[in-house]
Amino acid sequence: MKANKENVLTGSHYLDGNHATAEGAIAAGCKFFAGYPITPSTEIAERVARRFPLIGGVFIQMEDELASMNAILGAAWGGAKTMSCTSGPGFSLMMENFGLGIMLETPCVLVNVQRGGPSTGLPTLPGQADMMQARWGSHGDYEVIALAPDSPQESFELAVHAFNLSEKYRMPILIMSDECVGHMTEKVIIPPAEDIDLVERRFTDKPPGEAWPFEWSKELIPPMLPVGKGYKFHITGLTHDERGYPVINAEAHEKNVRHLIDKVKKNVDDIIWLEERDMEDAEVVVIGYGISSRVMQPAITKARKEGMKVGQIKMVTVWPFPEKRIRELAGKVKALIMVEMNYGQVFLEMDRCAAGKCRTYLVGHAGGTVHKPENIYNTIKEAVK
Amino acid sequence: MSIEVNKSVAETHPMEKILRMDRIPHIWCPTCGLGTVVTAMAEALEQLDLDLNKVAFVSGIGCTGRVAGYMKLDSFHTTHGRAIPFALGLHVARPDMKIIVFSGDGDLISIGGNHLIHTARRNADITVICVNNFIYAMTGGQAAPTTPISAKSATSPYGTYEHPFNLPLLAASSGAVYVARWTALHVRRLTISMKEAITKRGFSFVEVIAPCSTLYARLNKLGSGLDLMKFYHDNSVIKHGADLREVDIDYQSKIVVGKFLDIEKPTFLDCMNEGNRKAFGDKYKPYGGCNGNV
Amino acid sequence: MKFWRIPLDIDQIKIPRGELHIIKERCKGCGFCVEYCPKDVLKLSNEFNAKGYHPPAAVKPEECVNCHLCELLCPDFAIYSLRVEEGQKEVSLESQ
Repeated sequence: MKANKENVLTGSHYLDGNHATAEGAIAAGCKFFAGYPITPSTEIAERVARRFPLIGGVFIQMEDELASMNAILGAAWGGAKTMSCTSGPGFSLMMENFGLGIMLETPCVLVNVQRGGPSTGLPTLPGQADMMQARWGSHGDYEVIALAPDSPQESFELAVHAFNLSEKYRMPILIMSDECVGHMTEKVIIPPAEDIDLVERRFTDKPPGEAWPFEWSKELIPPMLPVGKGYKFHITGLTHDERGYPVINAEAHEKNVRHLIDKVKKNVDDIIWLEERDMEDAEVVVIGYGISSRVMQPAITKARKEGMKVGQIKMVTVWPFPEKRIRELAGKVKALIMVEMNYGQVFLEMDRCAAGKCRTYLVGHAGGTVHKPENIYNTIKEAVK
Repeated sequence: MSIEVNKSVAETHPMEKILRMDRIPHIWCPTCGLGTVVTAMAEALEQLDLDLNKVAFVSGIGCTGRVAGYMKLDSFHTTHGRAIPFALGLHVARPDMKIIVFSGDGDLISIGGNHLIHTARRNADITVICVNNFIYAMTGGQAAPTTPISAKSATSPYGTYEHPFNLPLLAASSGAVYVARWTALHVRRLTISMKEAITKRGFSFVEVIAPCSTLYARLNKLGSGLDLMKFYHDNSVIKHGADLREVDIDYQSKIVVGKFLDIEKPTFLDCMNEGNRKAFGDKYKPYGGCNGNV
Repeated sequence: MKFWRIPLDIDQIKIPRGELHIIKERCKGCGFCVEYCPKDVLKLSNEFNAKGYHPPAAVKPEECVNCHLCELLCPDFAIYSLRVEEGQKEVSLESQ
């Protein structure tokens, strides 16, 4: 179905990444936002607070991030499209209940505008060091979907995409932005509402008494049950069976966890979104996500001009990691270079999938500033040898 | 005594229509007060004659947290301490429904304390039933913020050194509009309080003192749950509208029960609608739930 | 029933009668109903249910006035009373 005209701010705007993310969420139909202020994500909350009253949404500034995460889960079960935004320290706080969202299979979107960490770190400067936390931050085994926008325009588009993914896969979706993209002001073109495709929440079509909240033996992504319509269902964060009732034994746990993993793993081909360029003759491939994927452009252009055969991959989805593609590439190229603002997080995955078939390089640093293209260029030069 | 089974008489307990009979018998210990509190709630819902499709229960972790699993309503068993924010989100998305938070003292007051005071401050229209058994029962009897000073528990084997919370004072000073306390034995008065709390507009808080037989009673050598229940009832003094600064509970002391507070105050959604109406005039349509259903 | 003085409408008041139903298998022998029955109708029996608890038994079933206190107090939903209409035979039922 299409976006609602009342929500969409069609036109050409000059927005920063955070504002664009907020507009994307609103265009996607988000009607409940619970957040806590934290630099550098607060602009998303502020814009939502400004826009919601006239479009029938509710914004609540909660008492902390823990409450924010839970409030968006509660409102999601109430039927709304919900979102919260935070940065590193708040992301850590939200982890337990992010796990609850995964376990209850609740659609919602969580934006982490990454900053320098660990701990209070660099509140006003960028980092990309929460990527592994995005993957494994909550306890237990599960799969996540994380997107990384590289510009305000993409922040808008990926916000809409994230809501669609959350409804399609019935799980919380992460948008791993960073302070640089969040606070960068660029032209954002918001299309007319009829050009924005939305995925609607799937509810069961069976009558009350004949449907359970997690019928995963019937469908990989089971439809949700609506609250307040007589279904009288029970759901719990404990290991549960299809009825939603807690069942505390290894068999049930195996089925439950297996389902959470299969939901994403069996759909990787549909979920993974990579933008590849100049790959036909590439001997060295540079891989980046978020702002780093833009910063690597001048280095690659310079290297190409000098005759080095460099290809590039921009990861729009960082998780699930494109294992198949990297394994395939590793057998064909001399080296894979990962550019990220941390000391090697997604690099570890790339290195694991390369499995020694090619050399792997990391161009990383602690964060606080984007990469110097010279550093990337020097690594490319090194890798081509 | 002769036993005749009269087949024409109903063979099902009247509460069974509101209970998940496929999960009964429940996990609570013999002489635990929780079953009695659940019965009072079931009776309250029955007497209110609400549309049970429009009632949802949210609970946290703990013995009391299991209540959501036994009520045949839309029920949510969330993480420790976070029942109240979950309920707030659910309430805002569905203001047409009645959201009842049913959880224990450790869950709501310790880890959930921050959420309790803020949601009370906002005066969100939800009902909170806090079953206070003075201990963390489910995890083996550790001290709770309501454990009276000098009571023994698993993490205070020589007696608790800390002063406990005065829950009615906490709820009222945070902004609750309805505050009451009863023991589990005051079933009929508790049922009436629960009815009032559920129908009250705004944040209602009902504290229920219930005996914990296996942990609190055993660790403090207070007899069985029945003895403890008798003690609570015999030592409770009914004082409606009592001064909340004087309703602390000391170890094995008198317990002041009653309806302490019942005031009117605009709710969170009332204030939001009012504020937006002032800011936008006729352009603002009053909030009607996430799908426009109120 | 002993009255301090005879009420003026005593011929109109009918003391209700109740029919007790005890679901023995659910009982956990807590004794709340026995302790608080205002007419002392119940006592913990000597028999066992499958879980090893002593369920209550009605020793004075004719005294039951259908006050529902046992029904409200029971934590295990194991006992309830139904109103006996005029002329109906009063029987205390113990169902499995």
